[in-house]
Amino acid sequence: MKLTSVTLAAVLIGSTAFAAEVGPKEVKYNDDTAIEMSLTGMAGDPTKGAVIMGTKSKGNCVACHEITALSNAPFQGNVGPILDGAGDRWSAGELRGLVVNAKMMFEGSVMPSFYQVDGFTRPGNAYTGKAGKEPLAPLLSAQEIEDVVAFLTTLKDE
Amino acid sequence: MKFKALTAAAALLIAMPVMSLAEPDDDHLVINGDLEIVTKTAAPAHMEETGIDTIMSGWHFRADETQQLEMDDFDNPGMIFVDQAIDSWNAVEGSAGKSCASCHDDPSSMEGVRAVYPKWNEAAGEVRTIAMQVNDCRTTRMGAEAWKYDGGDMASMEALISVQSRGMPVNVAIDGPVKAVWDQGKELYYTRTGQLDLSCASCHEQNYGNMIRADHLSQGQINGFPTYRLKNAKLNTVHARFKGCIRDTRAETYKPGSDEFVALELYVASRGNGLSVEGPSVRN
Ligand code: HEC
Ligand code: HEC
Repeated sequence: MKLTSVTLAAVLIGSTAFAAEVGPKEVKYNDDTAIEMSLTGMAGDPTKGAVIMGTKSKGNCVACHEITALSNAPFQGNVGPILDGAGDRWSAGELRGLVVNAKMMFEGSVMPSFYQVDGFTRPGNAYTGKAGKEPLAPLLSAQEIEDVVAFLTTLKDE
Repeated sequence: MKFKALTAAAALLIAMPVMSLAEPDDDHLVINGDLEIVTKTAAPAHMEETGIDTIMSGWHFRADETQQLEMDDFDNPGMIFVDQAIDSWNAVEGSAGKSCASCHDDPSSMEGVRAVYPKWNEAAGEVRTIAMQVNDCRTTRMGAEAWKYDGGDMASMEALISVQSRGMPVNVAIDGPVKAVWDQGKELYYTRTGQLDLSCASCHEQNYGNMIRADHLSQGQINGFPTYRLKNAKLNTVHARFKGCIRDTRAETYKPGSDEFVALELYVASRGNGLSVEGPSVRN
């Protein structure tokens, strides 16, 4: 009886994982501009991460980065460095820190902050050109960021 | 320490593709076999701090097939709108019973105009774009309705006016009475906007020559405006382009014809001082 009502409560608030989620305003960096803990307390799914990175309406990371492993995503840009070997160059925590807010690592970077919801100049409502109201939805959800980080850690130069 | 080393490594990685791709092609633009267009030249003195020493028309960043459409007026789809604008140049409209031709004779009287706009208007005490001037003539001298700032009629008329100056060097004034507006435009150029937090400079100063997805980033020059875009098959005004670029940063845009866009136009135009007036150009 008691067990059922607990389950019910969990359903009502969405999920237990959601309750544990680190929100965009609660993210904590360590001294090495890394975020050590998973934002959701769960491991990311690298297969999903690959899709998010190549999808225009999601991460669209290929707009600026070439990634050999994602060669099925056409027209990869070169505003940022090639991400091949990123999993060798950076720890998972550093990669998480980079995707959440690359400006912590690279001052003034043109890479967007994928987990930022306010503090923008003339924030818009997505790509409508109309005003948006802060807090905006982050560009990627906590779990999507975990998925992207999981994929990035697989990018090793053999 | 660790941070420094990594940054240097990353900088090296970034520098390589920039060096191989930053060079737009070396083609020459000659229109109709005899009109030489300066599409690359030394940057004006005020750009010294930008690190850009050569300014380039967006023409260099387009594919050969697109470039070719601009080399002959019979192939340039923008010229159809120039023809249409000749009709409206001669059309009497409004309560005063006048047309553009009533005051300005032939469109060739507009030679040199495109090259120096936006420009200070002493009587009005403001910086005026060509579109503002056209609408002032329409409302105060013709007694006609103002055209939509970035609408089709205006874009076509701007093309007709631009054609009269094709090949002449862009030469907008940046000091004297326009200085404050120029400063405002410069500030806007470097202001990062929207959820993507990008400025004009992020794309067109720091990254021209690079690819952003399928787009080859140019310097964002406006010497070729209005521009016929294959993408939307019409003439596009400067302010419509600014609006599109700001929208793409996931920001709230400014309005075509707003003080902000007039200031930005003056500043961006001045970054093209020395390039030839090229409009109507063809882009994708
Ligand atoms: C608008 C351009 C842009 C977009 C979009 C972008 N990045 Fe970046 N990224 C950069 C730039 C530029 C750098 C280099 C750092 C610097 O100097 O700013 C960078 C650096 C990085 C690095 C470290 C580079 C290395 O290999 O050492 C990683 C990892 C990275 N980005 C991942 C991503 C991921 C994942 C996404 C999408 C979720 C993404 N980026 C989207 C521009 C971008
Ligand atoms: C996210 C990247 C990005 C930002 C930020 C951006 N632009 Fe652009 N812009 C582009 C792309 C992509 C094109 C099409 C390719 C090209 O001509 O560079 C373009 C084209 C242009 C053109 C047309 C050039 C031609 O020859 O037809 C102008 C003018 C321009 N931009 C001005 C601006 C101004 C002014 C700003 C700031 C208000 C700005 N852009 C901000 C990406 C951007």
